[in-house]
Amino acid sequence: MFASNPFAELSATISPALMQGFVWVMILCVVLGTLYDVIHKRSAAYFFENMRSAKAKADKQIDGGEKLSIAVQTAVNEVALSSEFCNQRRRIAHLLGMYGFVIYVIATAVLVFAYPTPATPAPSALVALWYIGALMICVGGYWFWFFIRVDVAAEGSSPFRLMRADLFIVSLVLSATFGLLWAWLQTAGVAGWDMVFLGLYLVATTVLFAGVPWSKFSHMFFKPAAAFEKRISKANGSAENLPTLTRDDPEQQKRHSMELLQDAPMQMGLGIKREAPRHY
Amino acid sequence: MPTFVYMTRCDGCGHCVDICPSDIMHIDKTYRRAYNIEPNMCWECYSCVKACPQNAIDVRGYADFAPLGHSVRVNRDEEKGTIAWKIKFRNGEEKNFLSPITTKPWGQAIPQLADVPGPSQEMRDSQLLYNEPKYIRMDEGGLHTLEANGLKLKKGVYY
Repeated sequence: MFASNPFAELSATISPALMQGFVWVMILCVVLGTLYDVIHKRSAAYFFENMRSAKAKADKQIDGGEKLSIAVQTAVNEVALSSEFCNQRRRIAHLLGMYGFVIYVIATAVLVFAYPTPATPAPSALVALWYIGALMICVGGYWFWFFIRVDVAAEGSSPFRLMRADLFIVSLVLSATFGLLWAWLQTAGVAGWDMVFLGLYLVATTVLFAGVPWSKFSHMFFKPAAAFEKRISKANGSAENLPTLTRDDPEQQKRHSMELLQDAPMQMGLGIKREAPRHY
Repeated sequence: MPTFVYMTRCDGCGHCVDICPSDIMHIDKTYRRAYNIEPNMCWECYSCVKACPQNAIDVRGYADFAPLGHSVRVNRDEEKGTIAWKIKFRNGEEKNFLSPITTKPWGQAIPQLADVPGPSQEMRDSQLLYNEPKYIRMDEGGLHTLEANGLKLKKGVYY
């Protein structure tokens, strides 16, 4: 199953041009949906206004080189490693979902555009990547959905209670799940059911990409921008008005209020954060 | 001076819900972000503000004594054992504070109260509280002074 390109097999029923057209429509939906989201929620206006206000309150100006270094740090820590998550289980689930989605989407596009028919066999590693990406989405997504998210883990709500805010995660895991089931049924030659799951796969995928204005999809663009802004505000001293004094600074260690910590270790371990917050 | 949550910074971890002594910090059922369900009942203890790992909670001062333009923000760094405050006045004046919140690593200096001998009948009959600091006792040796107790007066706030 993991070596079989499901899109090449499907080309017997649906023409590759139609599949490629569908992918282009989905890309267009994401671009238009994100632009609509930016205009409708005025998130870009808020973002730049916040940047201007932070710059006005800044203690020092950041030059281009420093900005580039901050951008690299943001890309490595917040984007690639999801370091903003405090809950490690949630962080791992997010990383599984994120990298799974990236692998799944890229592998889909390459398979549909470069290897659309059995006449152009795809490398087995590339086909395997499509399955691995979808499986990663399922593992991360279902783990999050049934065990980690706060209203189930802490507030005792049913995991089957659906809200509009769930549109992104539900359509994502359903797209990957139905995609895998369709590929498996098609390879196994189960006629009829494979077309049913193909239909469900297309519906879930369309909801995922066309539902951008109503879902959390565009967080993958907004979150890195917000993380970058946060790092810039720390570097220029405005720090969203948050205190910037830390115990690491030798000057601060001389404050008489810090005398009691003169001989204490720099790392005191975790206090209230030792326990996960689930005592609601 | 009730708390409010910056929804874009909150990640719905629930630390504020867990710590709120008034039980008014809740997770919104639609957006899964924290919010103050009853600002009138907030007693401004700052527990949630200090506990929030994302610094997503702030306190909105009443306009009569905290006019627009001010800012009181706090950062509780429990791993370093400190708490820092930044106070900004509306005229631009700024004050920064840094203080210890523990002097020993967390969880290592828990009083073993079970090993402490129980109070005698005389102690039970006394009006003094258990472990009442000797410095505030006025019933023996007259008025306590800093010098008498081996302490020195220092400028500023001393913990």
